[in-house]
Amino acid sequence: MKKSLICVACPLGCPIEIEMENGEVISVTGNTCKRGDAYARTEITNPMRSLTTSVKVEGGVHPVVPVKSSAPIPKGKMFECMGVINQTSVKAPVKIGDVVIENILGLGVDIVATNCDSGK
Amino acid sequence: MFDYDLVVVGGGPAGMAAALKAREEGVEKIVILERAETLGGILEQCIHTGFGLHYFGEELSGPEYAGRFIEQVEATDIDVYTDTMVLNISEDNVVTAVNNSEGLMQFKAIAVVLAMGCRERPRGALSIAGSRPAGIMTAGTAQKYVNIDGYMPGKKVVILGSGDIGLIMARRMTLEGAEVKVVCELMSYSGGLQRNIVQCLDDFGIPLRLSCTVVKTHGKDRLEGVTIANVDERLQPIPGTEEYIECDTLLLSVGLIPENELSKDVGVELDRVTNGPVVDEYRETLQPGIFACGNVLQVHDLVDYVTEESQIAGKGAADYIFGKKKGGTYINTKGVDGVRYIVPQRVNIEGKENLKLYFRVGQVFKGAKVVVECDGNILSSRKKVKLAPGEMENVTITPEMLENMTKDSEIIVRIEQ
Repeated sequence: MKKSLICVACPLGCPIEIEMENGEVISVTGNTCKRGDAYARTEITNPMRSLTTSVKVEGGVHPVVPVKSSAPIPKGKMFECMGVINQTSVKAPVKIGDVVIENILGLGVDIVATNCDSGK
Repeated sequence: MFDYDLVVVGGGPAGMAAALKAREEGVEKIVILERAETLGGILEQCIHTGFGLHYFGEELSGPEYAGRFIEQVEATDIDVYTDTMVLNISEDNVVTAVNNSEGLMQFKAIAVVLAMGCRERPRGALSIAGSRPAGIMTAGTAQKYVNIDGYMPGKKVVILGSGDIGLIMARRMTLEGAEVKVVCELMSYSGGLQRNIVQCLDDFGIPLRLSCTVVKTHGKDRLEGVTIANVDERLQPIPGTEEYIECDTLLLSVGLIPENELSKDVGVELDRVTNGPVVDEYRETLQPGIFACGNVLQVHDLVDYVTEESQIAGKGAADYIFGKKKGGTYINTKGVDGVRYIVPQRVNIEGKENLKLYFRVGQVFKGAKVVVECDGNILSSRKKVKLAPGEMENVTITPEMLENMTKDSEIIVRIEQ
Protein backbone atom coordinates (compact mmCIF):
# COMPACT_ATOMS: atom_id res chain seq x y z
CA MET A 1 0.00 0.00 0.00
CA LYS A 2 1.35 3.43 -0.93
CA LYS A 3 0.66 6.59 1.01
CA SER A 4 1.76 10.10 0.21
CA LEU A 5 2.25 13.15 2.37
CA ILE A 6 3.97 16.50 2.30
CA CYS A 7 6.93 16.88 4.62
CA VAL A 8 6.74 19.74 7.13
CA ALA A 9 10.15 19.24 8.72
CA CYS A 10 11.36 22.38 6.90
CA PRO A 11 9.84 25.00 4.55
CA LEU A 12 10.84 23.06 1.44
CA GLY A 13 7.73 20.82 1.59
CA CYS A 14 8.95 17.68 -0.21
CA PRO A 15 6.21 15.36 -1.52
CA ILE A 16 6.97 11.99 0.12
CA GLU A 17 5.75 8.52 -0.88
CA ILE A 18 5.66 5.82 1.76
CA GLU A 19 5.26 2.14 0.98
CA MET A 20 3.56 0.16 3.73
CA GLU A 21 2.98 -3.54 4.28
CA ASN A 22 1.06 -4.93 7.27
CA GLY A 23 1.47 -1.63 9.09
CA GLU A 24 5.25 -1.66 8.58
CA VAL A 25 7.12 0.97 6.58
CA ILE A 26 8.89 -0.69 3.64
CA SER A 27 10.33 2.40 1.96
CA VAL A 28 10.29 6.19 2.05
CA THR A 29 10.94 8.10 -1.17
CA GLY A 30 10.76 11.71 -2.33
CA ASN A 31 12.42 13.18 0.75
CA THR A 32 15.63 15.13 0.23
CA CYS A 33 17.07 14.76 3.74
CA LYS A 34 17.18 12.48 6.78
CA ARG A 35 14.72 14.63 8.70
CA GLY A 36 12.17 13.98 5.98
CA ASP A 37 12.61 10.23 6.39
CA ALA A 38 12.12 10.45 10.16
CA TYR A 39 9.12 12.76 9.78
CA ALA A 40 7.45 10.43 7.29
CA ARG A 41 7.90 7.34 9.49
CA THR A 42 6.41 8.98 12.61
CA GLU A 43 3.69 10.75 10.67
CA ILE A 44 2.52 7.56 8.98
CA THR A 45 2.69 5.21 11.96
CA ASN A 46 1.87 7.45 14.92
CA PRO A 47 1.04 11.07 14.05
CA MET A 48 1.26 13.36 17.07
CA ARG A 49 -0.03 16.91 17.49
CA SER A 50 0.18 19.64 20.10
CA LEU A 51 -3.28 20.71 21.18
CA THR A 52 -3.98 24.33 22.05
CA THR A 53 -7.38 25.63 23.06
CA SER A 54 -8.98 27.52 25.93
CA VAL A 55 -10.81 26.60 29.11
CA LYS A 56 -13.50 28.41 31.11
CA VAL A 57 -12.39 30.56 34.04
CA GLU A 58 -14.66 31.27 36.99
CA GLY A 59 -14.20 34.76 38.38
CA GLY A 60 -11.58 35.69 35.82
CA VAL A 61 -10.92 39.01 34.08
CA HIS A 62 -11.69 37.11 30.87
CA PRO A 63 -14.21 34.27 30.46
CA VAL A 64 -11.53 31.86 29.17
CA VAL A 65 -7.83 31.22 29.64
CA PRO A 66 -5.66 29.57 26.95
CA VAL A 67 -4.26 26.06 27.54
CA LYS A 68 -2.00 23.59 25.75
CA SER A 69 -1.11 19.94 25.99
CA SER A 70 2.19 19.59 27.89
CA ALA A 71 3.40 17.26 25.12
CA PRO A 72 2.02 16.20 21.72
CA ILE A 73 -0.98 13.85 21.80
CA PRO A 74 -2.08 11.30 19.19
CA LYS A 75 -3.73 13.12 16.28
CA GLY A 76 -6.82 10.92 16.48
CA LYS A 77 -7.44 11.89 20.12
CA MET A 78 -7.77 15.63 19.52
CA PHE A 79 -11.57 15.85 19.50
CA GLU A 80 -11.89 13.48 22.46
CA CYS A 81 -9.55 15.75 24.43
CA MET A 82 -11.55 18.81 23.32
CA GLY A 83 -14.64 17.17 24.78
CA VAL A 84 -12.99 16.80 28.18
CA ILE A 85 -11.49 20.31 28.13
CA ASN A 86 -14.82 21.89 27.20
CA GLN A 87 -16.43 20.25 30.27
CA THR A 88 -13.75 21.70 32.54
CA SER A 89 -13.50 25.06 34.26
CA VAL A 90 -10.87 26.57 36.54
CA LYS A 91 -11.10 29.19 39.26
CA ALA A 92 -9.13 32.43 39.02
CA PRO A 93 -6.39 33.25 39.79
CA VAL A 94 -4.62 31.19 37.12
CA LYS A 95 -0.89 31.32 36.37
CA ILE A 96 1.11 30.24 33.31
CA GLY A 97 2.00 26.57 33.76
CA ASP A 98 -0.85 25.71 36.16
CA VAL A 99 -2.07 22.17 35.50
CA VAL A 100 -5.72 22.43 34.50
CA ILE A 101 -6.31 18.73 33.72
CA GLU A 102 -3.89 16.05 34.89
CA ASN A 103 -3.16 13.08 32.63
CA ILE A 104 -5.96 13.76 30.15
CA LEU A 105 -7.65 10.54 28.90
CA GLY A 106 -4.79 8.61 30.52
CA LEU A 107 -2.46 9.75 27.73
CA GLY A 108 0.25 10.75 30.18
CA VAL A 109 -0.10 14.37 29.08
CA ASP A 110 -1.35 17.30 31.16
CA ILE A 111 -3.39 20.27 29.99
CA VAL A 112 -1.65 23.39 31.30
CA ALA A 113 -2.55 27.09 31.31
CA THR A 114 -0.54 29.26 28.91
CA ASN A 115 -1.62 32.64 30.25
CA CYS A 116 -2.44 34.14 33.59
CA ASP A 117 -5.71 35.56 34.87
CA SER A 118 -5.42 37.42 38.15
CA GLY A 119 -9.19 37.35 38.68
CA LYS A 120 -11.66 40.18 39.08
CA MET B 1 4.40 67.30 30.93
CA PHE B 2 6.34 64.16 31.93
CA ASP B 3 10.04 64.00 31.12
CA TYR B 4 11.42 60.74 29.72
CA ASP B 5 14.55 59.65 27.89
CA LEU B 6 12.62 57.12 25.83
CA VAL B 7 8.93 56.81 25.00
CA VAL B 8 7.88 53.49 23.43
CA VAL B 9 4.56 53.55 21.58
CA GLY B 10 3.08 50.04 21.81
CA GLY B 11 3.58 47.30 24.40
CA GLY B 12 3.63 44.20 22.20
CA PRO B 13 6.71 42.06 21.61
CA ALA B 14 8.41 44.87 19.64
CA GLY B 15 7.85 47.62 22.19
CA MET B 16 8.83 45.45 25.15
CA ALA B 17 12.04 44.17 23.52
CA ALA B 18 13.08 47.69 22.48
CA ALA B 19 12.40 49.10 25.97
CA LEU B 20 14.25 46.25 27.69
CA LYS B 21 17.25 46.57 25.38
CA ALA B 22 17.43 50.34 25.94
CA ARG B 23 17.31 49.72 29.69
CA GLU B 24 20.11 47.15 29.40
CA GLU B 25 22.15 49.78 27.54
CA GLY B 26 21.73 52.16 30.47
CA VAL B 27 18.76 54.35 29.51
CA GLU B 28 17.07 55.36 32.76
CA LYS B 29 13.68 56.95 32.20
CA ILE B 30 11.61 54.76 29.89
CA VAL B 31 7.85 54.59 29.45
CA ILE B 32 5.74 52.16 27.39
CA LEU B 33 2.33 53.41 26.22
CA GLU B 34 -0.11 50.60 25.35
CA ARG B 35 -3.59 50.90 23.87
CA ALA B 36 -4.90 47.52 25.14
CA GLU B 37 -5.61 46.61 28.75
CA THR B 38 -2.46 44.51 29.09
CA LEU B 39 1.04 44.30 27.63
CA GLY B 40 1.63 41.56 25.08
CA GLY B 41 0.02 42.89 21.91
CA ILE B 42 -1.43 40.46 19.39
CA LEU B 43 0.41 37.51 21.01
CA GLU B 44 -2.24 37.48 23.75
CA GLN B 45 -4.78 36.05 21.32
CA CYS B 46 -2.35 33.78 19.41
CA ILE B 47 -2.82 30.79 21.72
CA HIS B 48 -1.35 28.24 19.28
CA THR B 49 2.26 27.15 19.68
CA GLY B 50 5.21 27.73 17.38
CA PHE B 51 6.60 30.92 18.87
CA GLY B 52 10.13 31.21 20.21
CA LEU B 53 11.86 28.35 18.36
CA HIS B 54 14.65 30.69 17.22
CA TYR B 55 14.86 33.02 20.20
CA PHE B 56 14.23 30.70 23.16
CA GLY B 57 14.97 27.37 21.43
CA GLU B 58 11.59 26.02 22.52
CA GLU B 59 8.07 26.06 21.19
CA LEU B 60 5.83 28.45 23.12
CA SER B 61 2.31 29.74 22.71
CA GLY B 62 1.82 33.46 22.04
CA PRO B 63 0.85 34.39 25.62
CA GLU B 64 3.79 32.39 26.98
CA TYR B 65 6.22 34.18 24.65
CA ALA B 66 4.78 37.55 25.62
CA GLY B 67 4.69 36.51 29.27
CA ARG B 68 8.47 36.12 29.40
CA PHE B 69 8.93 39.72 28.30
CA ILE B 70 6.10 41.05 30.49
CA GLU B 71 7.83 39.47 33.49
CA GLN B 72 11.10 41.16 32.57
CA VAL B 73 9.42 44.54 32.10
CA GLU B 74 7.68 44.19 35.46
CA ALA B 75 11.01 43.41 37.13
CA THR B 76 12.38 46.80 35.99
CA ASP B 77 11.18 50.29 36.81
CA ILE B 78 10.14 50.91 33.22
CA ASP B 79 6.84 52.81 33.49
CA VAL B 80 3.87 51.24 31.74
CA TYR B 81 0.57 52.92 30.89
CA THR B 82 -2.04 50.48 29.58
CA ASP B 83 -5.49 51.42 28.22
CA THR B 84 -3.66 54.46 26.91
CA MET B 85 -4.03 55.77 23.39
CA VAL B 86 -1.31 57.86 21.78
CA LEU B 87 -2.88 60.66 19.77
CA ASN B 88 0.09 62.49 18.38
CA ILE B 89 3.85 62.75 18.25
CA SER B 90 5.24 66.24 17.65
CA GLU B 91 8.36 67.08 15.67
CA ASP B 92 10.24 67.83 18.88
CA ASN B 93 9.32 64.37 20.24
CA VAL B 94 6.48 65.29 22.56
CA VAL B 95 4.08 62.35 22.70
CA THR B 96 0.45 63.19 23.50
CA ALA B 97 -1.68 60.38 24.92
CA VAL B 98 -5.00 59.96 26.66
CA ASN B 99 -6.56 57.45 29.06
CA ASN B 100 -9.58 57.20 31.34
CA SER B 101 -7.88 57.78 34.67
CA GLU B 102 -5.30 60.48 33.85
CA GLY B 103 -6.99 62.25 30.97
CA LEU B 104 -4.70 63.99 28.50
CA MET B 105 -0.97 63.51 29.09
CA GLN B 106 2.19 64.74 27.41
CA PHE B 107 5.51 62.92 27.46
CA LYS B 108 8.67 64.79 26.45
CA ALA B 109 11.18 62.32 25.06
CA ILE B 110 14.73 62.40 23.75
CA ALA B 111 13.97 59.37 21.58
CA VAL B 112 10.75 57.63 20.54
CA VAL B 113 10.34 54.01 19.44
CA LEU B 114 7.34 53.34 17.19
CA ALA B 115 6.06 49.81 17.87
CA MET B 116 2.37 50.05 16.99
CA GLY B 117 2.22 46.81 15.02
CA CYS B 118 -0.15 46.27 12.12
CA ARG B 119 -3.81 45.69 11.47
CA GLU B 120 -5.69 43.41 9.13
CA ARG B 121 -6.92 44.46 5.73
CA PRO B 122 -10.71 44.76 6.14
CA ARG B 123 -13.57 43.83 3.85
CA GLY B 124 -13.87 47.40 2.65
CA ALA B 125 -10.47 47.07 1.00
CA LEU B 126 -11.72 44.20 -1.19
CA SER B 127 -14.26 44.63 -3.92
CA ILE B 128 -16.71 41.89 -2.95
CA ALA B 129 -20.26 42.45 -4.18
CA GLY B 130 -23.27 41.95 -1.93
CA SER B 131 -24.92 43.35 1.15
CA ARG B 132 -23.32 43.95 4.52
CA PRO B 133 -24.78 41.30 6.84
CA ALA B 134 -23.34 40.21 10.20
CA GLY B 135 -20.89 37.31 10.07
CA ILE B 136 -18.17 38.85 7.91
CA MET B 137 -15.02 39.68 9.84
CA THR B 138 -11.26 39.45 9.73
CA ALA B 139 -9.66 36.22 10.96
CA GLY B 140 -7.95 38.13 13.76
CA THR B 141 -11.26 39.51 15.01
CA ALA B 142 -12.67 35.99 15.14
CA GLN B 143 -9.49 34.90 16.92
CA LYS B 144 -10.10 37.50 19.62
CA TYR B 145 -13.76 36.45 19.98
CA VAL B 146 -12.86 32.78 20.42
CA ASN B 147 -9.61 32.97 22.38
CA ILE B 148 -10.08 36.03 24.60
CA ASP B 149 -13.82 36.66 24.81
CA GLY B 150 -14.71 32.96 24.79
CA TYR B 151 -17.49 32.75 22.22
CA MET B 152 -17.89 31.36 18.74
CA PRO B 153 -18.76 33.85 15.99
CA GLY B 154 -20.34 31.22 13.72
CA LYS B 155 -21.00 27.59 12.83
CA LYS B 156 -20.46 27.25 9.09
CA VAL B 157 -17.35 29.03 7.94
CA VAL B 158 -15.67 30.04 4.69
CA ILE B 159 -12.20 31.56 4.92
CA LEU B 160 -10.80 33.88 2.26
CA GLY B 161 -7.01 34.03 2.26
CA SER B 162 -4.57 31.29 3.21
CA GLY B 163 -2.10 33.33 5.23
CA ASP B 164 -1.12 31.84 8.55
CA ILE B 165 -3.87 33.57 10.55
CA GLY B 166 -6.51 32.19 8.21
CA LEU B 167 -5.09 28.67 8.47
CA ILE B 168 -4.75 28.83 12.26
CA MET B 169 -8.36 29.99 12.55
CA ALA B 170 -9.56 27.16 10.29
CA ARG B 171 -8.22 24.69 12.85
CA ARG B 172 -9.37 26.71 15.84
CA MET B 173 -12.96 27.01 14.62
CA THR B 174 -13.01 23.29 13.72
CA LEU B 175 -11.75 22.24 17.16
CA GLU B 176 -14.52 24.31 18.73
CA GLY B 177 -17.15 22.55 16.67
CA ALA B 178 -17.63 24.73 13.60
CA GLU B 179 -17.62 23.36 10.08
CA VAL B 180 -14.99 25.07 7.94
CA LYS B 181 -16.17 24.44 4.41
CA VAL B 182 -13.30 25.79 2.35
CA VAL B 183 -10.30 28.09 2.41
CA CYS B 184 -10.06 30.15 -0.80
CA GLU B 185 -6.76 31.66 -1.92
CA LEU B 186 -6.61 34.24 -4.70
CA MET B 187 -3.00 33.43 -5.58
CA SER B 188 -1.81 30.16 -7.10
CA TYR B 189 0.15 29.41 -3.90
CA SER B 190 -0.55 29.78 -0.21
CA GLY B 191 1.20 32.51 1.75
CA GLY B 192 1.08 30.31 4.84
CA LEU B 193 3.63 27.86 6.21
CA GLN B 194 3.48 24.32 4.81
CA ARG B 195 3.27 23.04 8.36
CA ASN B 196 0.10 25.04 8.92
CA ILE B 197 -1.47 23.77 5.69
CA VAL B 198 -0.86 20.19 6.85
CA GLN B 199 -1.77 20.60 10.52
CA CYS B 200 -4.62 23.12 10.20
CA LEU B 201 -6.31 22.04 6.94
CA ASP B 202 -5.24 18.52 5.87
CA ASP B 203 -5.63 17.12 9.40
CA PHE B 204 -9.31 18.06 9.34
CA GLY B 205 -10.01 17.48 5.65
CA ILE B 206 -10.57 21.18 4.96
CA PRO B 207 -10.11 21.89 1.24
CA LEU B 208 -7.74 24.64 0.09
CA ARG B 209 -8.82 26.12 -3.24
CA LEU B 210 -6.01 28.02 -4.94
CA SER B 211 -6.65 30.71 -7.60
CA CYS B 212 -10.11 31.14 -6.17
CA THR B 213 -11.89 34.05 -4.50
CA VAL B 214 -15.18 35.17 -3.01
CA VAL B 215 -17.11 37.27 -5.53
CA LYS B 216 -20.39 37.84 -3.70
CA THR B 217 -21.87 37.65 -0.22
CA HIS B 218 -25.51 36.71 0.36
CA GLY B 219 -27.91 37.45 3.22
CA LYS B 220 -29.51 40.53 4.73
CA ASP B 221 -29.16 40.51 8.53
CA ARG B 222 -26.89 37.49 8.81
CA LEU B 223 -24.59 36.02 6.19
CA GLU B 224 -26.35 33.10 4.46
CA GLY B 225 -23.78 32.12 1.89
CA VAL B 226 -21.03 33.25 -0.46
CA THR B 227 -20.38 32.80 -4.15
CA ILE B 228 -16.83 31.77 -4.96
CA ALA B 229 -15.19 31.64 -8.38
CA ASN B 230 -11.87 30.65 -9.89
CA VAL B 231 -9.61 33.44 -11.12
CA ASP B 232 -7.41 33.67 -14.20
CA GLU B 233 -3.72 34.57 -14.26
CA ARG B 234 -4.63 38.27 -14.03
CA LEU B 235 -6.52 37.36 -10.83
CA GLN B 236 -9.88 38.16 -12.48
CA PRO B 237 -12.87 35.87 -11.73
CA ILE B 238 -13.60 33.47 -14.61
CA PRO B 239 -17.28 33.65 -15.65
CA GLY B 240 -19.02 30.30 -15.43
CA THR B 241 -16.92 28.99 -12.52
CA GLU B 242 -19.14 30.50 -9.82
CA GLU B 243 -20.21 28.20 -7.01
CA TYR B 244 -22.59 28.96 -4.12
CA ILE B 245 -21.52 27.88 -0.63
CA GLU B 246 -23.88 28.07 2.30
CA CYS B 247 -22.23 29.61 5.38
CA ASP B 248 -22.97 31.98 8.27
CA THR B 249 -19.42 33.28 8.66
CA LEU B 250 -16.79 34.61 6.28
CA LEU B 251 -13.33 35.13 7.74
CA LEU B 252 -10.87 37.34 5.90
CA SER B 253 -7.15 36.72 6.08
CA VAL B 254 -6.11 38.94 3.22
CA GLY B 255 -3.09 40.84 4.36
CA LEU B 256 -1.71 43.04 7.10
CA ILE B 257 -1.10 46.76 7.00
CA PRO B 258 1.46 48.45 9.29
CA GLU B 259 -0.36 50.97 11.47
CA ASN B 260 1.53 54.15 10.62
CA GLU B 261 -0.96 56.97 11.20
CA LEU B 262 1.18 58.42 14.02
CA SER B 263 4.33 58.06 11.95
CA LYS B 264 2.80 59.89 8.98
CA ASP B 265 1.54 62.74 11.18
CA VAL B 266 5.03 63.45 12.50
CA GLY B 267 6.41 63.39 8.96
CA VAL B 268 8.21 60.04 8.98
CA GLU B 269 8.88 58.96 5.41
CA LEU B 270 7.32 55.59 4.49
CA ASP B 271 8.52 52.89 2.11
CA ARG B 272 5.90 52.34 -0.61
CA VAL B 273 6.37 48.57 -0.60
CA THR B 274 6.56 47.78 3.13
CA ASN B 275 4.14 50.59 4.11
CA GLY B 276 6.50 51.05 7.05
CA PRO B 277 9.05 53.78 7.76
CA VAL B 278 12.29 54.09 5.81
CA VAL B 279 14.99 53.25 8.37
CA ASP B 280 18.74 52.86 8.77
CA GLU B 281 20.50 49.80 10.21
CA TYR B 282 19.55 50.87 13.75
CA ARG B 283 15.92 51.28 12.67
CA GLU B 284 16.05 55.07 12.99
CA THR B 285 13.57 56.76 10.66
CA LEU B 286 14.46 59.87 8.68
CA GLN B 287 12.99 61.86 11.58
CA PRO B 288 15.91 62.22 14.05
CA GLY B 289 15.38 60.32 17.32
CA ILE B 290 12.34 58.39 16.06
CA PHE B 291 12.91 54.66 15.68
CA ALA B 292 10.58 51.92 14.43
CA CYS B 293 10.50 48.15 14.89
CA GLY B 294 8.23 45.12 14.62
CA ASN B 295 5.17 44.93 12.40
CA VAL B 296 4.84 48.70 12.14
CA LEU B 297 8.13 48.65 10.21
CA GLN B 298 7.54 45.53 8.11
CA VAL B 299 5.09 42.67 8.50
CA HIS B 300 6.93 39.71 10.03
CA ASP B 301 6.06 36.02 9.98
CA LEU B 302 8.07 35.09 13.08
CA VAL B 303 7.92 36.97 16.37
CA ASP B 304 11.49 35.83 17.06
CA TYR B 305 12.64 38.19 14.30
CA VAL B 306 10.49 40.97 15.75
CA THR B 307 12.37 40.61 19.03
CA GLU B 308 15.72 40.65 17.24
CA GLU B 309 14.78 43.73 15.23
CA SER B 310 13.41 45.55 18.25
CA GLN B 311 16.56 44.96 20.26
CA ILE B 312 18.48 46.62 17.43
CA ALA B 313 16.09 49.59 17.61
CA GLY B 314 16.43 49.70 21.41
CA LYS B 315 20.21 49.78 21.08
CA GLY B 316 19.95 52.50 18.44
CA ALA B 317 17.67 54.59 20.63
CA ALA B 318 20.08 54.22 23.56
CA ASP B 319 23.02 55.34 21.38
CA TYR B 320 20.96 58.31 20.20
CA ILE B 321 20.05 59.27 23.77
CA PHE B 322 23.70 59.12 24.85
CA GLY B 323 24.79 61.18 21.83
CA LYS B 324 26.74 58.27 20.34
CA LYS B 325 24.70 58.04 17.15
CA LYS B 326 25.93 60.94 15.06
CA GLY B 327 27.03 61.69 11.51
CA GLY B 328 27.94 58.84 9.19
CA THR B 329 27.64 58.39 5.46
CA TYR B 330 24.40 56.74 4.41
CA ILE B 331 23.77 54.81 1.23
CA ASN B 332 20.64 53.08 -0.03
CA THR B 333 19.85 49.40 -0.32
CA LYS B 334 17.77 48.15 -3.24
CA GLY B 335 16.00 44.91 -4.10
CA VAL B 336 15.75 43.94 -7.79
CA ASP B 337 14.99 40.80 -9.88
CA GLY B 338 12.45 39.20 -7.58
CA VAL B 339 13.40 40.98 -4.34
CA ARG B 340 10.40 43.11 -3.38
CA TYR B 341 11.95 45.20 -0.65
CA ILE B 342 14.82 45.47 1.80
CA VAL B 343 14.83 46.62 5.43
CA PRO B 344 16.85 48.63 6.36
CA GLN B 345 16.51 50.89 3.35
CA ARG B 346 19.69 52.83 4.21
CA VAL B 347 22.98 51.84 5.76
CA ASN B 348 25.83 53.81 7.34
CA ILE B 349 28.97 52.71 5.49
CA GLU B 350 31.09 53.83 8.45
CA GLY B 351 29.42 51.09 10.54
CA LYS B 352 31.75 48.76 12.42
CA GLU B 353 29.44 45.82 13.05
CA ASN B 354 27.85 43.06 11.02
CA LEU B 355 24.35 43.94 9.90
CA LYS B 356 21.57 41.97 8.29
CA LEU B 357 19.45 43.07 5.36
CA TYR B 358 15.97 41.53 5.58
CA PHE B 359 13.96 41.02 2.42
CA ARG B 360 11.03 39.23 0.84
CA VAL B 361 10.72 37.79 -2.65
CA GLY B 362 7.72 38.37 -4.90
CA GLN B 363 7.21 34.78 -6.06
CA VAL B 364 8.33 31.22 -5.27
CA PHE B 365 11.91 30.38 -6.38
CA LYS B 366 13.50 26.93 -6.20
CA GLY B 367 17.25 26.45 -6.33
CA ALA B 368 17.90 30.14 -7.01
CA LYS B 369 20.83 32.22 -5.78
CA VAL B 370 20.62 35.28 -3.55
CA VAL B 371 23.24 37.68 -4.85
CA VAL B 372 24.42 40.80 -3.02
CA GLU B 373 26.39 43.32 -5.06
CA CYS B 374 27.69 46.85 -4.89
CA ASP B 375 29.19 48.99 -7.66
CA GLY B 376 29.33 45.93 -9.91
CA ASN B 377 31.21 43.77 -7.37
CA ILE B 378 29.57 40.65 -6.01
CA LEU B 379 29.77 40.75 -2.21
CA SER B 380 28.08 37.41 -1.58
CA SER B 381 26.17 34.75 -3.46
CA ARG B 382 24.32 31.95 -1.77
CA LYS B 383 22.16 29.21 -3.23
CA LYS B 384 18.79 28.68 -1.54
CA VAL B 385 16.76 25.49 -1.92
CA LYS B 386 13.55 27.48 -1.78
CA LEU B 387 12.50 31.12 -1.48
CA ALA B 388 8.85 31.99 -0.89
CA PRO B 389 6.98 35.29 -0.41
CA GLY B 390 5.69 34.06 2.95
CA GLU B 391 9.13 33.72 4.44
CA MET B 392 11.39 36.62 5.28
CA GLU B 393 15.01 36.08 4.26
CA ASN B 394 18.19 37.88 5.22
CA VAL B 395 21.76 38.43 4.05
CA THR B 396 24.66 39.60 6.19
CA ILE B 397 26.77 42.65 5.39
CA THR B 398 30.15 42.78 7.14
CA PRO B 399 32.19 45.94 7.93
CA GLU B 400 34.81 44.67 5.45
CA MET B 401 32.19 44.76 2.68
CA LEU B 402 31.33 48.35 3.63
CA GLU B 403 34.96 49.50 3.57
CA ASN B 404 35.24 50.09 -0.17
CA MET B 405 31.89 51.82 -0.53
CA THR B 406 31.47 55.53 -1.18
CA LYS B 407 28.56 57.90 -0.65
CA ASP B 408 27.33 57.13 -4.17
CA SER B 409 27.34 53.34 -3.74
CA GLU B 410 24.16 51.30 -3.61
CA ILE B 411 23.82 47.81 -2.12
CA ILE B 412 21.76 45.62 -4.41
CA VAL B 413 20.16 42.28 -3.52
CA ARG B 414 18.80 40.20 -6.40
CA ILE B 415 17.67 36.68 -7.18
CA GLU B 416 19.55 34.79 -9.88
CA GLN B 417 17.77 31.74 -11.31
